[in-house]
Amino acid sequence: MFRGGIHPAYHKELAAGAAIRELPTPARLVVPMSQHLGAPAKPVVKVGDMVKAGQLIGEQNGFISAAVHAPTGGKIAAIENTVSASGRVCAAVVIETDDSAERQTMPALTEWRSVDRKELVARIGEAGVVGMGGAGFPTRVKLSPPSDKPIDTVILNGAECEPYLTADHRMMVERAREIRDGAEIIWHILGAKSLRVAIEDNKPDAIAAMGKAFADMDGDVAVTVLKTSYPQGSEKQQIYSVTGREVPRGGLPMDVGCVVENISTAFAVYEAILLGEPLTRRVISVTGDAVERPSNLLAPYGTLYSELVAACGGVKGKAAKVISGGPMMGFTVSSLDVPTGKTASGLLLLSASQITGFTSQACISCGRCVDACPMRLAPAELSQFIEADDIEGAEGVALMDCIECGSCAFVCPARRPLVHHMRRGKAVVMARRAAARRG
Amino acid sequence: MKPEESKDLYIISSSPHTHSGASVERIMLDVVIALMPALAASLWFFRWDALRLIAVCVATCLLAEWGSRKAMRRANSLSDFSAAVTGLLLAFNLPPALPTWMAVAGSLFAIVVAKQVFGGLGYNPFNPALAGRAFMLISFTGAMTTWSASEWLQKVRYASAAAATKATETVVDAATFATPLGYAKEALKAGKGLPLFDFDLSLLQDFFLGNVNGCIGETSALALLIGATYLLVRKVITWHIPVAYLLTVLVYAAVLRLAAPATALPPLVHLLSGGLMLGAFFMATDMVTTPVTRRGMLVFGIGCGIITMLIRTVKSGAYPEGVSFAILIMNAFTPLINRATRNRVFGAK
Repeated sequence: MFRGGIHPAYHKELAAGAAIRELPTPARLVVPMSQHLGAPAKPVVKVGDMVKAGQLIGEQNGFISAAVHAPTGGKIAAIENTVSASGRVCAAVVIETDDSAERQTMPALTEWRSVDRKELVARIGEAGVVGMGGAGFPTRVKLSPPSDKPIDTVILNGAECEPYLTADHRMMVERAREIRDGAEIIWHILGAKSLRVAIEDNKPDAIAAMGKAFADMDGDVAVTVLKTSYPQGSEKQQIYSVTGREVPRGGLPMDVGCVVENISTAFAVYEAILLGEPLTRRVISVTGDAVERPSNLLAPYGTLYSELVAACGGVKGKAAKVISGGPMMGFTVSSLDVPTGKTASGLLLLSASQITGFTSQACISCGRCVDACPMRLAPAELSQFIEADDIEGAEGVALMDCIECGSCAFVCPARRPLVHHMRRGKAVVMARRAAARRG
Repeated sequence: MKPEESKDLYIISSSPHTHSGASVERIMLDVVIALMPALAASLWFFRWDALRLIAVCVATCLLAEWGSRKAMRRANSLSDFSAAVTGLLLAFNLPPALPTWMAVAGSLFAIVVAKQVFGGLGYNPFNPALAGRAFMLISFTGAMTTWSASEWLQKVRYASAAAATKATETVVDAATFATPLGYAKEALKAGKGLPLFDFDLSLLQDFFLGNVNGCIGETSALALLIGATYLLVRKVITWHIPVAYLLTVLVYAAVLRLAAPATALPPLVHLLSGGLMLGAFFMATDMVTTPVTRRGMLVFGIGCGIITMLIRTVKSGAYPEGVSFAILIMNAFTPLINRATRNRVFGAK
């Protein structure tokens, strides 16, 4: 169990019991070319083209990049800029959907055990699979660690530690079999000795379902029940909770022989290999106290938030904040005209009573942030350095180790915008490093 | 993206978008609540004097904070309740007979000089109430160390009379030095022994309940412990500083007592006398002026314990009360302790 962390009110009961519901295909899809870490995909279609469901519309553009596909068939209406949930402008391919049932798939690799590992990884890349836990790191890269970093443990991340969100929870309850199949493929590709399925103890039904599904796997496989604590889903903390190993500062999980994959990513791997389907949709938890009917919707990416909210009975009362993701690390959006992507698993609509504002009160050195920080930093000290514009000073006390989980700001009695300070400090450091590389 | 089509305005901010509900006001209110048992004890034992001093200190602190913030053109900070807490704590550190105007002066010093001049709550390097008390000890030494007679004195006279028939040395008349530590100091200075405290359970009971002389809020260990338990349960304080402080005093006093029983007070008496209980639980735990890590808090507590005992027992310069100065001195070390006791970053060697 990692040191630090917080126990926010979870509000999972709003949507935890809602079985996954498929959204009827929207009339229009605004498919972002950047739904992953790295370079945006390059559009390979023109305005006016007719596309089939599953057809490639954006090709992988570089090593750290991913392919994007048409979730449904239709006509390319436009290629224009859109604003993502995080506020960044990126290109998007707008599809006017039609009812065509035709799908363009790749051959199903039912005998995947006899397929060369490199081919399996290439297929995962072709399918545009990226980390669906939020970071969107191209999965084909994660599954190709360098030979000097042997992997002995694969961890399947079923923690879903953010409050309100229940998408992964429902996936584990309803699609445990498919997740198991995808996990087996990942495990095989990495050639690791052990496979662990990490689930927080606030999801007993998911633990039972996954336990049952993974029971027939041979080898060192186990469901590891973790104490519910935010941020148990953060991979560094999860690796520590499951294996006792600490990822070194500035390092990656492979430095301690581990690879962590989200359960939805495992599902996407299953679809890519065993069904020949590219990644085109995901389950997203639409919840919060300002939504009429909190639901877990299976929707194609490119669906606008307004469609999702409408499918949940609309806004209940007045929404003060609309958040892409969870309340601890999610991005607030200024309108519902934002399209979904591969990585965001939640859409939160919160009324004014559920949100709190920040202040510029002085730090009273209570130390609660020091206790809460899962990276064992001193957020109080860091924020004071950054407020005083001493970014070097902040760097000197491990500013760049901050994972922006929000635990510090959550506990701060002075309501200081601690994560905001960290982000500003980190942005200055990154800009300076980029300038140094160029200059 | 056509923002003008959106009818609602949504709030945009950095994450996180939810909060534990903690607030500075809530912490300060919890401290006030925790001080209520001691307040009740002070009114019980010291009556009007207690009421007078508490009212004067709290009122002056509130007024001083309001006035100095206004004069410095800063936002009104009375709503965080910290000025009220300072007023209460300062009052608890005053002898009952102290003239009102001195209490006013001390309160003004505590708020204006020890707190607002530095920038207000969070910027002060020293505990404001203790800084006020130190200012008063130096400026009004006589009044700050004069005690009125109390029931305790009667018991002392009786005990010393009884003890005198047993001992070969005469015992100093306790009438002039009415607090236990003051008495001990003068007795030692006069070269006399301390037989009166030996194995006297009823006297220890008086110490524990508060039926002794001292500052109005410091005498009842029972009332203070009740308040401290509340603070621990509410997680306003942790056990580290009080336990480190009290254990250090206990061990130090025990060592002295073992080495030279005739000239050392029993460790339990040290624990229950002076402002130690009040200091260990309510003053040395002031968040602003103490370290943030658990290790740092232990170092802080041990340092307070050592300095308190040094001040109380070092032969030629012994001062009957070391808690205020020990805490203030350790406050000065807090930034250094913080630097030296940082947590190991996750993933660091």
